[in-house]
Amino acid sequence: MIRDFGLIDVGYLMLAARWTLLLAAIAFVGGSIAGLLLTLLRVQPFAPLRWVASAWILIVQGTPLLAWLFVFYFGLALIGFPISTWLAVIAAYSLYASAYLAEIWRGALQSIPRQQWEAGSALALGFLEQLQHVIIPQAIRIAIPPTVGFLVQLIKNTSLAAVIGFVELTREGQLTNASTFKPFTVFIVVAAIYFAICFPLTQLSRNLEGRLHVARRVS
Amino acid sequence: MSLVACRDVVKRFGTNTVLDGVSLEVAAGEIVAIIGRSGSGKSTLLRCVNGLEAIQDGSIRVGDTTINAPGADLRAVRQRVGIVFQSYNLFPHLTVEKNITLAPRVVKKISDRDARQIASDVLAKVGLSEKVNAYPDSLSGGQQQRVAIARSLAMNPDLMLFDEITSALDPELVGEVLKVLEALASQGMTMMLVTHEMGFARRCADRVVFMHQGKIWEQGSAATFFDNPKTPELTSFLSAVLH
Ligand SMILES: Nc1ncnc2c1ncn2[C@@H]1O[C@H](COP(=O)(O)OP(=O)(O)OP(=O)(O)O)[C@@H](O)[C@H]1O
Ligand SMILES: [Mg+2]
Repeated sequence: MIRDFGLIDVGYLMLAARWTLLLAAIAFVGGSIAGLLLTLLRVQPFAPLRWVASAWILIVQGTPLLAWLFVFYFGLALIGFPISTWLAVIAAYSLYASAYLAEIWRGALQSIPRQQWEAGSALALGFLEQLQHVIIPQAIRIAIPPTVGFLVQLIKNTSLAAVIGFVELTREGQLTNASTFKPFTVFIVVAAIYFAICFPLTQLSRNLEGRLHVARRVS
Repeated sequence: MSLVACRDVVKRFGTNTVLDGVSLEVAAGEIVAIIGRSGSGKSTLLRCVNGLEAIQDGSIRVGDTTINAPGADLRAVRQRVGIVFQSYNLFPHLTVEKNITLAPRVVKKISDRDARQIASDVLAKVGLSEKVNAYPDSLSGGQQQRVAIARSLAMNPDLMLFDEITSALDPELVGEVLKVLEALASQGMTMMLVTHEMGFARRCADRVVFMHQGKIWEQGSAATFFDNPKTPELTSFLSAVLH
């Protein structure tokens, strides 16, 4: 039975966007924690741990996110560990985010000249002290724009979770379309909501970048 | 007992032997200038003395620590041995004061107040008291290099290593940095310095060491060294640099 697309549907879509945001937020936090660990593993001096971290990143970046959603949702259930949709999407998206964030952050760390580490060593700072006081403060400024850029990707990619029945913005759009059959209107509204979420983030990243740069310059 | 003792030091990078049996002692209060062609191993020698590079054979002692011994406390050594590089390597995200106080606070756990007092003392020594709150990129090369010296001095080292610290500077800025070195010399600081400033080496150093192909080829007191080179290699090096 086909009904009209009304303001109420816009409301429902906006409510569904909560789950998009919540999933992106949890995955970003989970991915950041794991990503930070991976980043540290990749710059620390003990080679075997560096290899483990590199392997993790290579594998995750070389496989589709969709495959991980299936692994966590259907795969685990098959071998006798069924987990909820929520848990499966959180696991898959955190895993996905960890690899990309680790790669972004390692790039930022490695863009700091070797001489900065050396100046730290020469002053008797230990490895972690060099990282904390010399390298990370400089790397953050470099890392912010691509990190926010990735967060925007992450938010848009949460739409994939619809395939295992996770209801977020895109899935809600599909459902609305099924009962109103106004695909153009529905998905324009869906796109507009994604844009309304992502655009301010992009602007924020530009502002932060500018501000951190200015803070360094003022003397 | 000498402050620094290098014995038959061998340093290789892969198959490239960069230090080939270097033995050198430096007494407390002594100023040793190291000269030689590009690639002769001068920088590598300094970097080995504070443990930035590991050595493959021989031994290096600083004070009573053999720094190449397994488990040697390199952190303790580096607190007593300062090194200043050609490229300053100041921390660009920190003010001059924070550049200087970082290691005293973090490594020596000196209180913020005392560390700032130290910063103001060492900045006075290099004549840059007014730049305490400046960021490095607002300073000239000569000023940045003086801050780098002050940053090392803030750890109150027994030995200072200087690696061509005036080579990246415009000629008119070299003098202000050399003046700081001369002042340090007159206060009795022990120094090993790699330099291309032959006039400065002659004037300030107690001893001059000529390195060639990873070896100490010739050395002597600054007074006689430049006038009576004994080896043809030094003769040709000196005639090249003194035009
Ligand atoms: N990290 C490194 N890895 C590999 N080779 C190196 C490294 N550092 C130095 N070398 C090599 O060691 C040799 C000596 O270098 P070093 O920097 O000690 O020379 P130098 O006498 O200081 O020369 P310059 O006057 O150009 O500074 C050179 O052949 C150089 O290529
Ligand atoms: Mg050199």
